[in-house]
Amino acid sequence: MTGPLKLLRTSTFRLAALYLILFAISVAALLGYVYWNTAVLLQEQTDYTIQAEVQALSDQYQLRGLNGILDTVQRRSADDTGAVYLLAAPAGQRIAGNLDDLPTVPKGDTSWIEFPLDVQNGATRENHVARAYYTDLPGGFKLIVGRDVESLRQFAAIIRQTIYYALAIALVLGLGGGLLMSRNFLRRVDAITEASRTIMAGNMSGRMPVTGSNDELDRLALALNEMLEQIESLMGAMKEVSSNVAHDLKTPLTRIKARVEAALRSGSEAEYRAALENTVDESDRLLDTFNALLSIARAEAGQARGGLVAVDVAELIADVADLYEPMAEEEGGTLTSSAGPGLQVFGDRQLLAQALTNLLDNALKYGARDGEKPRITLTGALEDDKVVITVADHGEGIPAEDRGRVTERFVRLDESRTKPGNGLGLSLVSGVMKLHKGSLVLEDNVPGLKARLVLPVWREG
Amino acid sequence: MQVSELDSHVWTASPARQAMRILVIEDDREAASWLVKGLAEAGHIADHAADGEEGLGLALEAVHDVLIVDRMLPKVDGLTIIRKLRDANIQTPVLILSALADVDERVKGLRAGGDDYLGKPYAFAELIARVENLGSRVKDAPQSTRLKAADLEIDLLTRTVTRAGKPILLQPREFKLLEYLVRNAGHIVTRTMLLENVWDYHFDPQTNVIDVHISRLRAKIDKGHDEPILQTVRGAGYMIRDK
Repeated sequence: MTGPLKLLRTSTFRLAALYLILFAISVAALLGYVYWNTAVLLQEQTDYTIQAEVQALSDQYQLRGLNGILDTVQRRSADDTGAVYLLAAPAGQRIAGNLDDLPTVPKGDTSWIEFPLDVQNGATRENHVARAYYTDLPGGFKLIVGRDVESLRQFAAIIRQTIYYALAIALVLGLGGGLLMSRNFLRRVDAITEASRTIMAGNMSGRMPVTGSNDELDRLALALNEMLEQIESLMGAMKEVSSNVAHDLKTPLTRIKARVEAALRSGSEAEYRAALENTVDESDRLLDTFNALLSIARAEAGQARGGLVAVDVAELIADVADLYEPMAEEEGGTLTSSAGPGLQVFGDRQLLAQALTNLLDNALKYGARDGEKPRITLTGALEDDKVVITVADHGEGIPAEDRGRVTERFVRLDESRTKPGNGLGLSLVSGVMKLHKGSLVLEDNVPGLKARLVLPVWREG
Repeated sequence: MQVSELDSHVWTASPARQAMRILVIEDDREAASWLVKGLAEAGHIADHAADGEEGLGLALEAVHDVLIVDRMLPKVDGLTIIRKLRDANIQTPVLILSALADVDERVKGLRAGGDDYLGKPYAFAELIARVENLGSRVKDAPQSTRLKAADLEIDLLTRTVTRAGKPILLQPREFKLLEYLVRNAGHIVTRTMLLENVWDYHFDPQTNVIDVHISRLRAKIDKGHDEPILQTVRGAGYMIRDK
């Protein structure tokens, strides 16, 4: 593509052209208005004066006859006011007035005429233009009343010329300004485009340029940067999750393989059977892990938000407590639950119940110190316009420094991994909270763990 | 207390139950062949259709007791099959099998006219329990206010339970649990089925909370009786003896 053609296609040019056209139209409109208000109105004013004078003279003729008008015309002709008069006999000979002879007049009784006028200005004679009104008086006398409009014409010409110059200047300034403005604007757009390209090319830490002017483009860049920040952290988390998944899936698969190989070597039917049963158990656990990962991903992606409904907190708590109470009693402990009536959250009953069962599972597993029985409380209350569901135990708790990472996938503080579990329980809870625009807060129950689900309160209507 | 434990492998091979004719509509031939084989071993007659069109044709003959329908099928998808059957007023119970196992997908399946929904991959014991549950559902159509299994009786109006004439006091949830088990007397009920139908939870808690509820219920209804009525079927679930 050739240079000028390419220029025609750029947004810079188009913006500048548009800017220029708009600018030119507004300047032209403005100047046109000024011209109308000066030159044109002045001309109209003159015409009006002439017509008034003609009317007055005609009236005089009617009242006082030829002598009356003759007198007035002679008197006025003597004044050097730029006014022209001519009173002529029906045949056309001059009777009075400061015009030497009758200018060529069109046929008809009355009309506006313009004719050249020689004016003695000191030593020089100047060619001026006169504008006059020609009328037939009763009795065949002809009357011409006019004005020397040379200065008016000149004034109009000056104004016109000024307007042309002003337009030309406006066009130049407009073109320049438009080019400058659009180039400045588009350069920043180009910078954003360029930044996106480098990010797409793989430089995930790249960011949009921000000038600090806090204008629309800056705000756009800031919003994009925030988005990139989130994408980057999500991608980081994804990478970590993938490697954790790989690790946590490799371990059971390795176990299965070892077990099956040993069984095959042994050649005993009982071993085969044991290995197969073990394989079924292990794959069940693997599937559980997968299902948990999928649930977390789904909750975090917010896909389930469409299916959210008003959920009664007291009912939710009562149902889950009902499911877990016998379990706690079986271990010799207690699970006590309570919730204020009428509390509602906007949520998914299944996911909220699943989050609570995960917390209760943890409380049952880790909620008792050696030799003690688990004492678990499950409560729901309204705190500062938030619905807070708390699961508290009296176990070892989670050290403050670990509270941030226990919600990450596959993180288990129980390094020996003596208790069953996949390290996904709290990740799901935190995912479910994200879906509900709530948060999971882990606190010290002195002693023990207090897991608080802080959710926005839902009110009907 | 004597706890009865049956082995699911032995149990499913038992010829005592009524054989059902089951249609499997599944495009994965290997999965389908394992499924047909398993159903045959459980004493049922299974037909197989490998695509939606063939499956719909067979299902429209209305000769089957239960349909097992995969959702994603070539030619006609599973939900469309179910809708067309229901439009033709064929009420054969349908178990939907699908890799789409989310709660909302499940709701979609049930809205289309499916009777039960099982996510893939599934345990065969879970599937057979659900299929047999569906197959027996048609028969107890008239709504009775009394349920009976062996010498156990439930009055749904007064919400009282008696065994061999002696009243048994149950908590509301225990009552609901027993009611569901007795409605399916003679059939295996899995833990997942209990969670879904008694608690309305469509997820599996990590700990086996159901077992504790069952053992409490068992303590109440089997205590002092020589023959336990609530049996554990190893590897599958629980069953209330009906005779």
